[in-house]
Amino acid sequence: MQLTQKHVEYWQKNLRLTGILLAIWFVVTFVAGYFARELNEITIIGPLGFYMGAQGALIVYVLIIVYYAKSMNAMDKEYGVHEGEDD
Amino acid sequence: MASASQSAFNQQLKKYYSFYTGGFVAFVVIVGILEFAGVPNKILGYIFLAATILLYAGIGFMSKTAEVSEYYVAGRRVPALFNGMATGADWMSAASFIGMAGTLYLTGYDGLAFIMGWTGGYCLVALFLAPYLRKFGQFTIPDFLGARYGGHIPRLIGVLAAIICSFVYVVAQIYGVGLITSRFTGLEFSIGVFVGLGGILVCSFLGGMKAVTWTQVAQYIILIVAYMIPVVWLSVKHTGIPIPQIVAYTTELPKVTALEKEFNDKTTPKGAAEDSVRQIFRDRVADADAKLKGLETGGTGFLAGERGKLEAKVADLKAAGADAKAIEAAEKAVKDFPADPAAAKKAWTAQKTAAAAKTAPVRAHSEPFPAKDEKARDIAKKNFLALILCLMVGTAALPHILMRFYTTPSVAEARRSVGWSLFFIFLLYFTAPALAILVKYEVYSSLVGSSFAQLPAWVSNWAAVDKTLMAITDINKDGIVQLAEITIGGDLIVLATPEIAGLPYVITGLVAAGGLAAALSTADGLLLTIANALSHDVYYKMIDPNAPTTRRILVSKTLLLVVALVAAYVTSLKPGDILFLVGAAFSLAASAFFPALVCGVFWKRANKLGAIIGMSAGLIICGYYMYLTYPFFGVNAPKWWDINPIAAGIFGIPAGFIGVIFGSLISPAPSKEVQELVDHVRYPNLEADINTSAA
Repeated sequence: MQLTQKHVEYWQKNLRLTGILLAIWFVVTFVAGYFARELNEITIIGPLGFYMGAQGALIVYVLIIVYYAKSMNAMDKEYGVHEGEDD
Repeated sequence: MASASQSAFNQQLKKYYSFYTGGFVAFVVIVGILEFAGVPNKILGYIFLAATILLYAGIGFMSKTAEVSEYYVAGRRVPALFNGMATGADWMSAASFIGMAGTLYLTGYDGLAFIMGWTGGYCLVALFLAPYLRKFGQFTIPDFLGARYGGHIPRLIGVLAAIICSFVYVVAQIYGVGLITSRFTGLEFSIGVFVGLGGILVCSFLGGMKAVTWTQVAQYIILIVAYMIPVVWLSVKHTGIPIPQIVAYTTELPKVTALEKEFNDKTTPKGAAEDSVRQIFRDRVADADAKLKGLETGGTGFLAGERGKLEAKVADLKAAGADAKAIEAAEKAVKDFPADPAAAKKAWTAQKTAAAAKTAPVRAHSEPFPAKDEKARDIAKKNFLALILCLMVGTAALPHILMRFYTTPSVAEARRSVGWSLFFIFLLYFTAPALAILVKYEVYSSLVGSSFAQLPAWVSNWAAVDKTLMAITDINKDGIVQLAEITIGGDLIVLATPEIAGLPYVITGLVAAGGLAAALSTADGLLLTIANALSHDVYYKMIDPNAPTTRRILVSKTLLLVVALVAAYVTSLKPGDILFLVGAAFSLAASAFFPALVCGVFWKRANKLGAIIGMSAGLIICGYYMYLTYPFFGVNAPKWWDINPIAAGIFGIPAGFIGVIFGSLISPAPSKEVQELVDHVRYPNLEADINTSAA
């Protein structure tokens, strides 16, 4: 089947969103992990480096997935590629 | 399926599981009343074990099915919320439930690699795999590899990798089942394994994925309730606030840090007492060192001499008329004396390592990568980050988890479902680090400094039950407990929390039931994955594509039984290091599956040769590195860039990607049909779309 311009745009937008969320994932995991000793100098709730690993990063992960699901499900409808039976 | 009936189904499920939760709470209350009526703890343990296994069997029985799509993917009508709970139970194993908080207690910040790795992986599942696999909509992960790359070889490598990593992982689960049943009922370990196995089998055997799904939802509810009650209670006991996930950091952690400093400061009374214990351990290290040196130069002669000294001591004691206990101890020392130089070397080296571990100052709980110098610290940091990556990518590649996203009614539900999954997993994972801190505070502030004559009840109880979990000896004979005199096994933290919090035994039974639920649910999912890979991918797709449905399901059920028995047999041999087995499963899955799966969706040019080279390269490099460096295999080659064998995936994953890219570029682009398949999985709905979903 032939993809329309709209379909290509949908996929581009999906890739961009995926890329941005992946970058956030990378920062809270690996950048925060790499600088954990330095972050521990700051205290927010607990020592920040420790807190990020124990709780902060996890909250961000949940938000990333929820945001992705919401945006993509909305984008499916916007571009007319949603499944009919879904509520 | 029409959306009206799906939403009615959803409502019905909510009602059933609310009733179920209420019923379960009532059951716990009744057992609690029995406890106050004086029923002994052992009987209560049996009641919990029997009731929960019967419950799971009952759900399995009610969900029995002979339909292929119900058997393999629960009829594709599991709503996002419930698939999330089922995935949570599928995901959280005995290691998560019982071991996690203990690992954090023992290793502080460095243990957080598991917390982040085992949750952050869901971001990769959500962004790269779940919606696309759902759109593809068949039964197994090798199905996707087979359709996307064509031919039997990619599918076969997929089957092989799925079996290797699931089998390694299931052994660890059955081990957990055996441990819990034997500890709480006093049954023999191997009998415990088979009792637990019965519970696993009734469920998956009768109803396949359908039964496993609805049982896992039930198991999730039990395990999360069981985990939360003691932690919240302990938090209230310490601070009066029922939110452990906050007070642990705001009030408890600073106190723990202050106590750590005090213990390491020789000028304070507590620090001085700690140091006197450490000095004794330092002497023991020196003693073991001297003996090892003597052994090296003197050989058997030295050994005989040492033995002679001990024998002389027995004779002296007897001559002096010392008390029976002292003579008995000296005689035991002679009896336990190593027979030959090899045994002596082993025993004394073990003594030296055990004592050396106790000479170190208290490790700061919140300090990342504590080490003696900058170089060692960098190695620790590198391994920490590498392990996180392997666990995350492994999460997004374990077939028993990915398979769960075939069971939702739609792509949109699959996306939501990953969110629910991580949320339900998050509830436990963000509590575990808080629990570790709460227990640490209890140990540092109440247990340390208490008198040996009046140890807290939970300490003496556990020390009597299992020395590997709790061992406490007055090393410096001052009658007061010092931190260096306590040896705690990681599993103790979760198991003993109800007693530390001063809760009745019924809650301990509940925690055991929760641990059992965690182990059983994961084992269920894994066994089903292995049996399906063999029956669906090998038997149906490769050997006999014309097999009628009844025979396909019969083959699957038979294989399930065989695999379960083999796994139980392997478990009863008690193979070494469980944590290593689990880590190995993740690295292997990450290296074998992730590159081929992701490229299959995101890179149209990826083709059959690329998949074959990529998957085999990933598996081989990862396996080869483990073989080289894991002590079990006895090669002990130098490590590459100081990476520990548990993070072998750090080499396997890039090898997999390079293999896919290289192999694809040296061979022709995939056919038009395959490219259309890629478009098909990328868009939840296309006009004039092809249909890949299996009924």
